[in-house]
Amino acid sequence: MSEIKFEKALKRLEEIVEELEKGELDLDRSLQIFEEGIKMSRICSKKLQEAEKKIEILTKNESGKLKAELFEPSEDDAS
Amino acid sequence: MELSETSITELAEREIYTVSELTRAVKFVLEENFHDIWVEGEISNFKVSNSGHAYFTLKDEESQLRVVLFRLNKRLLKFEPDDGLHVIVRGRISVYEARGEYQLIADYMEPKGIGALQLAFEQLKEKLFKEGLFDEAHKKPIPDFPNKIAIVTSPTGAAIRDILRIIGRRFPNVHIIIYPVMVQGEGAAEGIAMAIAELNGLSDIDVMIVGRGGGSIEDLGAFNEEVVARAIYNSHIPVISAVGHEIDYTISDFVADLRAPTPSAAAELVVRDRREVIQNITSLEKRLINAVQNKVYILKGNLTGLQERRVLKSPFDKIYELQQRVDEMELRIKKTINHRIEMLDKELSGITGRLDALSPLAVMKRGYSICRRLPDMKIIKDISEVEKGGEVNIKLHKGELFCHVAERKQ
Repeated sequence: MSEIKFEKALKRLEEIVEELEKGELDLDRSLQIFEEGIKMSRICSKKLQEAEKKIEILTKNESGKLKAELFEPSEDDAS
Repeated sequence: MELSETSITELAEREIYTVSELTRAVKFVLEENFHDIWVEGEISNFKVSNSGHAYFTLKDEESQLRVVLFRLNKRLLKFEPDDGLHVIVRGRISVYEARGEYQLIADYMEPKGIGALQLAFEQLKEKLFKEGLFDEAHKKPIPDFPNKIAIVTSPTGAAIRDILRIIGRRFPNVHIIIYPVMVQGEGAAEGIAMAIAELNGLSDIDVMIVGRGGGSIEDLGAFNEEVVARAIYNSHIPVISAVGHEIDYTISDFVADLRAPTPSAAAELVVRDRREVIQNITSLEKRLINAVQNKVYILKGNLTGLQERRVLKSPFDKIYELQQRVDEMELRIKKTINHRIEMLDKELSGITGRLDALSPLAVMKRGYSICRRLPDMKIIKDISEVEKGGEVNIKLHKGELFCHVAERKQ
């Protein structure tokens, strides 16, 4: 389930909201997709929280292979 | 030159010139043959006189040429000529007889380097356009929420600082991979092209920004080169180009999947504002809950309506109840009206009694009478109101008297 991509979850959430707002579904189906919608919303929120913050810079070793190292901006960054 | 030298030799063999004659002859030859020429060289000793005309020397490694650029022509130039600039000048050769010197009278000039670059730019643009490198159909969509963003730029330039600052502000938790490159100078274009190709070999990069901060047209040159254009075109990862300032358009911009006017703008385009995204999700969730609550509310309303309508099972109950109520009302109305009538009766007889008591007829019954003067029938309350010998009418309880006033007594 956590394999769902953020974009997909958000898109599905938007679809569900629109579907529900039309009000044409019966109660069972409404509740069913409501639950799915809540799940999508939770996935989105979770993805927003858990996405890692990482800044790396690539360097090359002698054999020309790329290697990632943590990047520290060379100049003092006011932000 | 060869032609004029030959001519001079031939002429010299035939006769001896005065200086003026020779100069005039040289002037004729030079001015005839070099009346509309282009010459390139480096500007030195550039001076503008009080009259506004410019005088300078055009030189290359071996020779020098004196040039004059008149005020009107100078004003039409799109750049400021100065010492050290490599230029292409158009004009005509003129001989200044008084000194026996020749010079170029320039009417137009352009800087050599930029002119060449611009020409190259236009030619490459045309070529790549024809090949379809700028086709909209080939452009890949930029993902809305990239997890991993690659940046191809100088690790020490203003561009990387701007990009990191803005991404940090808008959506700090993303994974950024910087591929450091030289963005100008020898080999810069090849380095950028290789970086783009190598990043395509890495896994799960969602989008890349390729660019640099502002600079002169020459500084941005690498992004106008064919190798970079082809690398961008061949990239499977969507490319956002971010070169220089808003007004700078490079070949990279035309090939890229998205052109950002500046590196800062690229950062704005590549990630959304996290707070806005969170707000959006929160509002979607609210709408979700509202929609379902509405649904339940409406269904509940329908149910209650149906339950209430079961009263229809005993339809006469209602009618009986209504009849009973009507009867009750009738009784109450009757009772109220009767009561009111009684009250009015009582009131009325009371008033009649009081009227009786006040009536003069009732007083006269008890022996009082009313005396009125004749003939005007004015009621008399004082003896002065009648003359002795006058006539009066006296109304008794029963009947009236007509009398003479025999005497008045106070």
